[in-house]
This record gives sequence, C-alpha cells and structure tokens, in this order.
Amino acid sequence: MYAFDFEKPGSIADAVAALKDEDAQALGGGQTLIPTLKQRLAMPSKLVSLTGISEMQGVCKADDGAVCIGGATPHAVVAAEAAGDYPALAELAAHIGDPAVRNRGTIGGSLANNDPAACYPAAALGSGATIVTNAREIAADDYFQGMFTTALDEGEIVTEVRFPVPEKAAYMKFEQPASRFALVGVFVAKYADGVRVAVTGASESGVFRWSEAEAALSSNFSAGALDGLSVPADGMISDLHGSGAYRAHLVAVMTRRAVDAAG
Amino acid sequence: MTKVTMTVNGKAASGDVEGRTLLVQFLRENLRLTGTHVGCDTSQCGACVVHVNGKAVKACTMLAAEADGAEVVTIEGMAGADGSLNTIQQAFQDHHGLQCGFCTPGMVMSAAALLSENPKPTETEVREYLEGNICRCTGYHNIVKAIMAASGQDVGVIAAE
Repeated sequence: MYAFDFEKPGSIADAVAALKDEDAQALGGGQTLIPTLKQRLAMPSKLVSLTGISEMQGVCKADDGAVCIGGATPHAVVAAEAAGDYPALAELAAHIGDPAVRNRGTIGGSLANNDPAACYPAAALGSGATIVTNAREIAADDYFQGMFTTALDEGEIVTEVRFPVPEKAAYMKFEQPASRFALVGVFVAKYADGVRVAVTGASESGVFRWSEAEAALSSNFSAGALDGLSVPADGMISDLHGSGAYRAHLVAVMTRRAVDAAG
Repeated sequence: MTKVTMTVNGKAASGDVEGRTLLVQFLRENLRLTGTHVGCDTSQCGACVVHVNGKAVKACTMLAAEADGAEVVTIEGMAGADGSLNTIQQAFQDHHGLQCGFCTPGMVMSAAALLSENPKPTETEVREYLEGNICRCTGYHNIVKAIMAASGQDVGVIAAE
C-alpha cells in the first residue's frame, strides 16, 4: 500500500469535513478497499473511517414500515437484526463473503463501491430502496449507474439505506466458489403495486432490472410465468468463470428459483 | 505515525503505527505475536483470523488504527497461562485436525467464534462457518470433527467423505 493518513471521526458532519481534503477517501469495513490498496490500485491521501460513527450503525423500522439500515452497519448485524422484518434481505446479508468478512464489511461500503458482482446492489434495486446520503436521498433506480459507478458525488457518504418491505421476496445467488461473489444473483420482490426483479453479477453495466420478467410476474407470480423469457447474452460479462451466454442462461434459472423460494 | 492502544489477550498493548499498518502487522511485528499467520494476504484464506471485540475478523484486512481501543484476542490467548491447550485446541490434537499447522491458528479462532455464537452447531453449520478458512492439508474432515467434538457432540456418526 502507498502511505496515507488515517482519521476516524465520530459524526457524519466531521466525516464530511474530513473528506474535503484532496484525494481523501471514505473507508467502510475495508473488505474491498484494503485489498485494492494492497494492489496499489488506489492512492488516497487519507482514509476517513466511517466505523466510529454511531449514528450510522444498526437496523431500525421507520413509521411507514420500511427497514432502515445505517450505512456503516456490518453484514452480520443486518443478517441478525433484519431477520424478523425483512427475512430475504437478512438471508442475502448472511451469505455475503464469509463470517469474518461479514463482521467488517458494511452495506454503505458495498453500495458505494457497486461491484458488478456484489449482492447488496440487487437487494437495493430489487426493493426500490432509497439511498440516503449526508446531502440527499437517491432512489435506487437513479443510484446505480454502471459497473463501479453510482450517483454519489465526490466525498458523499451513504449514511442510511431504506428498504420498503415487500409481501414476498427471495434472493438466489449462483456463487463463484473462490470469491463467493455472485456469478449471477437475482433478487425478486413482490409489492402490492408490482414485482421487481434485480440481477447482479451478470451484466457489464452492473446491476439491472429485468423488466420482461417483472411484467410477467406482476400478472402471475409463479415460476411458470417466466416460461419462454430470456435475457440476451450481449452485454453479459464473459470471463474465465463463465461466458456471457452461460450467465444469460443463469439469469433465467436463478429468477425461477427466486420466485419458487419466495413462495 | 499514530499511537494505537488496545488490549491484546487481556494485556494492554500500544505502539506507533502508520495509517497503512495492518492489524496483523502490528500483532506480528510490533507485539511479536507470530501465531497469527499471513497466508494469502488477500482475505481469502483465514490464516490471520483474530477476534476484535468478540468478533472474528481477518487481521490482514483491517488497519491497526481501526483496532485502537479494541479488545483483541489472538491464538496466543487461547491456551491457559501454563500452556495447557483449551478445549478446541485439544480437540484439534485429539482428532488430527491439522497436518502442517499453518492454517490452524485461524481455524481455531474461527471455531471459537462459531462456538460462542452457536454452542452446538450441526456439521453443515461448521462447514459453512469455515468458508473463509482454507486448509491445504487435511481436506477439512478432521477439522470439522474436532470442532464438533469441542462442542461436546458425538463425532462417531460423522462419516469420512
């Protein structure tokens, strides 16, 4: 790693101020950023840790029933504390990485990084979540803007994520066994006003909604409603783990499994 | 350089670190607690697992500065003061849960974290919990057996795979 300064503020306001320095970068749980720094793929002047900010920790329920998760909440805490109110989300969090990674990695870090194979983007987009930052609220549909790209401005911090709770939901991940990232992961959520289907791991443009499947499932929420539907292999990630055509096929398979699991 | 202070295996420890100093470097190089191993250095293998405030973490993927003020337990904190092995360590010995031993510190620390969360895990739960710990010798079977035995469960029923 290149040398950098380290700061650990205790409030969002102090963190925002610390991030104004040139080339300062926010540090969540570090489960992606630290390996990136070790590879010398980034050279921040300063890391501003968000893990000491108590107002960004924990899971709670809003008056409108939405599950609200502090941006610095580790995956293991989401897995434990969201299990009652939003079981599909807790299940997803319980299968990110491995137990030690889940004790450090945070939801805000995952969403700010927007890895094309990360799990949380599928939950946020599939739930129509609201990404709350120190400056504004961003709808998930506007937040994800392509591989490793989000609507966040320089120095903007994900302070909270609000998930409307669906009637039924499930996440199915076809795991890349070495990294435990999603080769393809599909989050299906049925709300009173329709079904959302979000796919991670597959596309070169990052997480996306499969609108044909959403339309079919909104009129008939069963795996059979997906018969004959497929996503094109064009624009799917092709690498040593699987071709674009293989990933496109998996999208349909994992969507069916998610619908079956949601029941 | 920043000064960090933490409790390591029940004793106060402090030292000067750079922003980029990893927790595992601080433990091994400053405190000379070399039981915590660096295997892959990419947070895949789990040889560096220690407990920070009671939670298993990969010490190669956490900055030392992040552990300022924390309670840290390493493999050196597992055995008794007289060197007697704890239940998990003894079970690893009894059930041949190690061969070269390189992964063992991380395995024992992960096992301890599992048993504190879930005192009677099923074999499947043990295998799932060890997803982030890689062993290149044993094929895991005897590690799983050792952890089941350490939890006080009958291991006679676990068939070799």
